Amino acid sequence: MARRHLLIGGGPGSVAAAEAIRGSDERAEIVMLCADRHGYYSRPGLAYYLSKELPEKRLAPFTPQDFAALNVRLLLDRAVRIDRAAHRVTLASGGDLPYDRLLIATGSRAIPLKVPGVQLDGVVSLDDMDDARDLISRSRRAKAAVVVGGGITALEIVEGLHARGVQAHYFMRKERYWGNVLYPSESLIVERGMRASGVQIHYSTELAAILGKGGRVAAVETQDGKRIRCEIVAAAVGVLPQKALAEEAGLECGRGVLVDEHLRSTDDDIYAAGDVAEVHDARTGRRIYEVLWSSAVAKGRIAGLNMATGPVHTYDKGVPLNVTRLAGLRTTIMGTVGGGDDADLKGIARGDSETWRQLGDGSVVESQSGDTRIRLALKKSTIAGAVVMGDQAPSFRLHELIEARADVGGIVPRLREPAAPVAQLIDGLWRDWKGRRA
Amino acid sequence: MSTLRWFESDREKHEALATAWVMPEPTRCVQCGICSFNCPMAVDVRRRVWRGEPVMDSHCLTCGECVKRCPRGVFRFERISALGIGDADLGTR
Repeated sequence: MARRHLLIGGGPGSVAAAEAIRGSDERAEIVMLCADRHGYYSRPGLAYYLSKELPEKRLAPFTPQDFAALNVRLLLDRAVRIDRAAHRVTLASGGDLPYDRLLIATGSRAIPLKVPGVQLDGVVSLDDMDDARDLISRSRRAKAAVVVGGGITALEIVEGLHARGVQAHYFMRKERYWGNVLYPSESLIVERGMRASGVQIHYSTELAAILGKGGRVAAVETQDGKRIRCEIVAAAVGVLPQKALAEEAGLECGRGVLVDEHLRSTDDDIYAAGDVAEVHDARTGRRIYEVLWSSAVAKGRIAGLNMATGPVHTYDKGVPLNVTRLAGLRTTIMGTVGGGDDADLKGIARGDSETWRQLGDGSVVESQSGDTRIRLALKKSTIAGAVVMGDQAPSFRLHELIEARADVGGIVPRLREPAAPVAQLIDGLWRDWKGRRA
Repeated sequence: MSTLRWFESDREKHEALATAWVMPEPTRCVQCGICSFNCPMAVDVRRRVWRGEPVMDSHCLTCGECVKRCPRGVFRFERISALGIGDADLGTR
């Protein structure tokens, strides 16, 4: 009898798992449960839908024919209960589905604001397609919006609103943007970019209440008593993994579903991947939580392989990397680059990794050449992390060097010289290192 | 803005057109589809990235639209060598 694989979740972790299972087992039955009525689409791509760079219909990477070709049954339904003893999952629409191996890839959702007025019509977040549609619809009527939060999503909402002709007010609790990942000079570049495009940044400003009129958002009041008229309040203060289903089924959970190196939960027949899985990082010896597309795909592939073949494939978390556009500048963040807390975020945001904030001792090299800005976080003879803004050519080399923990000790003194040609030094080192490995 | 100036010179552009193909870095990609949407030849560039393959499609003009438009710098021009993929890239802007 064919093995029955049930994948709860309609994101990249589930899709990657489905492909991995199919690649290992032609006969397996694969059912993918997607709670989002729009099916599988690029959630990070919603930012470009908001900014008018991409139409909604182009956000779906897979067509129904692609799923049919994979012989995957895609069900638009929500799992409400896992019966581990009976190996069955109850659906919101009624009925249930059997499984031999189960994947939990339920993702994460935005943390709601906790201020008076959050129930008003016009308080929004950006979790899914319906949220993006809602924001776009509201932006046709709105004159002004207040955005609260930090990280990438807050900026994406600010830029989307701006692209749609809405005056954006961005509230920061402290003095600068994304203070526990970016350096002050990098925050400044982002803030200048925002201001240049007409965004009004409110520093050291905390939202006290959302004020309504006729049930709709009409203004906000800040902690220092200032009032700003607006029709939209957007929140991006962080996300929470959707672990309730796993918890209610008795699986061990921390911040997410706890999994071993094979991405197996505390039940041998249940795996977890994507944003909801809290993994062990062999490099640091710590449990790590991250909300990155590339990690979701990598976890999905390993979980899928292990579901098909047994727990023999090991997940190597690798160096977390994300590339995003901050105020118009392509920016790559990789490895460990910062530390501490960011007052604008509760925990973790989308496109974020806890590893980025684990920088301990070491030194920092900053370089600006033309449009390219590079910051290296150096250990004694390795690069712990890097932030590259602008031209991304150096970031490809740096990623390889960081991932391989390549010895860069030979160029560290030159990197530390004033006005050092950092990009050229990295390029030269990479070529030597690559040549030695060839 | 650097993202709009991805070739430094006409010479560089002509060199890329003649001797390079588009190579993706899948770990940077979020499958948004801007690359496929902007491809003048309707090549499904996004699917190539998902599979981790270079854009070796007979319809690809190496025009650089996907390289330029990708908000995450997924693509590079990479030289074609006699044995396959070369090691020197020609730009990512």
